[in-house]
Amino acid sequence: MTVLRPGQPVVNPHARRIVLAHGGGGQLTDELLEEVIRPRLDNPWLADLDDSAVMAVEKGQLAFTTDSYVVQPLEFPGGDIGRLAVSGTVNDLAVCGAEAEYISLSLILEEGLELALLRRVLDSVAGTAGEAGVRVVTGDTKVVAKGQADGMYINTAGVGRIRDGIRLGVSRIQPGDVVLVSGEIADHGLAVMLQREQRTVIRSELRSDVAPLNGLIETLLDEIIEDVVFLRDPTRGGLAGVLSDLAERSGLHLMIDETAVPIRQETLYAAEMLGLDPLEVANEGKVVAVVRPEAAERARAVVASHPQGRGASIVGRFQSERNGLCEILTEVGGRRIIQKPYGEELPRIC
Amino acid sequence: MCLALPAKIVEKSGDEAWVVLGDARMSVNLIMTPEADVGDWVLVHAGFAIQQVTEQDALETWRIIEAVHGAPEEAAT
Amino acid sequence: MTMREQMARLTDELHTVAAMLDGGASFMEVCGTHTVNACRSGVHSLMPENVRLISGPGCPVCVTAQRYIDALIGLGRRQGLTVTTYGDMMRVAGAGGSLELARSEGADVRVVTSTMEAVAIAREHPERQVVFAAVGFETTAPATAAAVLAAKRQGLSNFTVLPCHKLVLPAMMTLLADPDVRIDGFICPGHVSVIIGAEAYRPVVEEHGKPCVVTGFEALQIMQGILHLTKQVAAGQAKLENLYPEVVSADGNLRAKRLIEEVFMPGDSAWRALGRMAKSGLDLREEYMAFDAFKRFDITLGEDNDPPGCRCGEVITGKCYPGDCPLFGSVCTPIYPIGPCMVSSEGSCQAWFKYRRNELKRRKAAQTGPAKEVRV
Repeated sequence: MTVLRPGQPVVNPHARRIVLAHGGGGQLTDELLEEVIRPRLDNPWLADLDDSAVMAVEKGQLAFTTDSYVVQPLEFPGGDIGRLAVSGTVNDLAVCGAEAEYISLSLILEEGLELALLRRVLDSVAGTAGEAGVRVVTGDTKVVAKGQADGMYINTAGVGRIRDGIRLGVSRIQPGDVVLVSGEIADHGLAVMLQREQRTVIRSELRSDVAPLNGLIETLLDEIIEDVVFLRDPTRGGLAGVLSDLAERSGLHLMIDETAVPIRQETLYAAEMLGLDPLEVANEGKVVAVVRPEAAERARAVVASHPQGRGASIVGRFQSERNGLCEILTEVGGRRIIQKPYGEELPRIC
Repeated sequence: MCLALPAKIVEKSGDEAWVVLGDARMSVNLIMTPEADVGDWVLVHAGFAIQQVTEQDALETWRIIEAVHGAPEEAAT
Repeated sequence: MTMREQMARLTDELHTVAAMLDGGASFMEVCGTHTVNACRSGVHSLMPENVRLISGPGCPVCVTAQRYIDALIGLGRRQGLTVTTYGDMMRVAGAGGSLELARSEGADVRVVTSTMEAVAIAREHPERQVVFAAVGFETTAPATAAAVLAAKRQGLSNFTVLPCHKLVLPAMMTLLADPDVRIDGFICPGHVSVIIGAEAYRPVVEEHGKPCVVTGFEALQIMQGILHLTKQVAAGQAKLENLYPEVVSADGNLRAKRLIEEVFMPGDSAWRALGRMAKSGLDLREEYMAFDAFKRFDITLGEDNDPPGCRCGEVITGKCYPGDCPLFGSVCTPIYPIGPCMVSSEGSCQAWFKYRRNELKRRKAAQTGPAKEVRV
């Protein structure tokens, strides 16, 4: 039995679920912060709990990004919404050439959400933040009525200083530049979709690849910073989304070799079962880099030597033709274009 | 009009069965292939087994699918 | 030998045989999956100039007349009613929007991967009426039949199907009788053939003298099918060849055929573009009329209102390429589709838009100079 001490907030240690009052800004909110959130994320900024976190700024440029996460289900093999929220924002900063440092964490919780789940997600947030070397310095918690928020929505924003010597941009892409992918595609999207199918017909333990990639990107930039001209993480829309975008915005013809696109066998089976094209499925732990041809092999080697870049592969090259199209040389030697996928992929059945 | 894949039956109970593809399991109705049993391969379409196939043919089909879609011969892990 | 080497061998042989043809040849791929897989693998980019691939009416969504879509959407909007459907039907537009739109406005529309899922939903929700949109060719008809039988066995009074199944042979025969359509041979649908058997195409070969080849779905198998057809035409032959014997037998799956026969009987059916064809669809038999949604909900089918300018009908009969439609790529895209050929992931227009748009651009570029060699 817990012995209460004067000044100690009255927390029911068996409280199992989020209630509306947890978001009211009053005592229960404080308890939530003190008992659940702060112990996992503690740092000088959160300790002060001011309305805004205040950081010193070095000369140079800051990258600033934000994303909201509404993944269903909240937990899936390989990760959860917490890991996704931190990784996604860290990666958005990293692909701009910024050193991710500080992130915000806004939670919108559904009334009735199990506290045990919230704790697991926050553990994930803390663990992933630690892995990435970033700190959660400010945040917010709201609670909405049952039936809203699908359990939990998370928004994260992040800032980081752009590294010296970085010059990334579509305008730098030239004919001859090479496209590198850091590893096998389509794991995340398929893992999540398979979890949604669990209820009905399919059971699988395919794991998401969700991970913060700033360490990997830093390693790449340490090696060949002048020769990296563009970075992007192929999240929604998959690899196809990034490649078709690069072709369109650069105005150049991008030629991809399908035999060079890495994909794991289980992932392919899952894609076939769901009737989906792996090129269009989301990745949350992969990066696409455009590099100068003379540095291509070095880039591939340095990425492949990093634990998160094991499957690194050079998948294509920009041509001199100016048609803004991405074309793929298929496994059987045919040619066809890759285009931006339509929003919600409807699996083919019949 | 027919996305159908060969898969191996690992569990069967009357007309209901579970098939396995890699490490994914899928539930399948065997009403069109009632003689198919655990260990047999079937062609699955929209939740039903529409034909029984030999293991050799099934594996060959998967070999072709994998080759055409670019997966490695061996599982990565 | 690698995939590319195998394909190169087939392609070389095809080019050699095609060169011997007097004129050219047009082959129809009946099945939507063949179209998509061929496009996805770039088979079209390997074809000889004088061999043309026409996409046929093998996309069940594409050939479902608009009036059925309207009926489904009407049902979807009713209180206390759940519409269950395969994924592809969600975005097809009827006069009153689409199932997807209806769902976003509160209708209970659910995508299922199996007809038995729909039956389970009916069982778990006795307070709701559950309707299954029974679309598809002979491959899915047995699944619908099985669902009706299961519902009967379980004594479910809240499960019905809206029968929209179509039969492949009548469509093929109608196309052959159309003087505007030139078809020199058929790539027969692979998995429909699993059910109906290769011999089902015998009338096409014998009554119309057209070569028929049954093939599998991967690019190599499709190319092999095209090669066999071209060889037949070059030799002036008309034979039925089954290149997919591992799953397609001469007589098909007898159990599946019996399931269809038990529950359904052939009836007249309205096809988009092909019009009304006798005995080209499946109606529920009298003893199963209790499971007929048309009857239970007293639905009368309206008229079709094909959008002006839409040439889907000509696309699925092979009378024009998707690129020939004035709406293609400008007004009609996968994001804002006008006709079903662009909505359906098995539709020719979507396949073209996703995988062959560069041909239109290249035709334009060709007017300004040859394409440069690519280095990958």
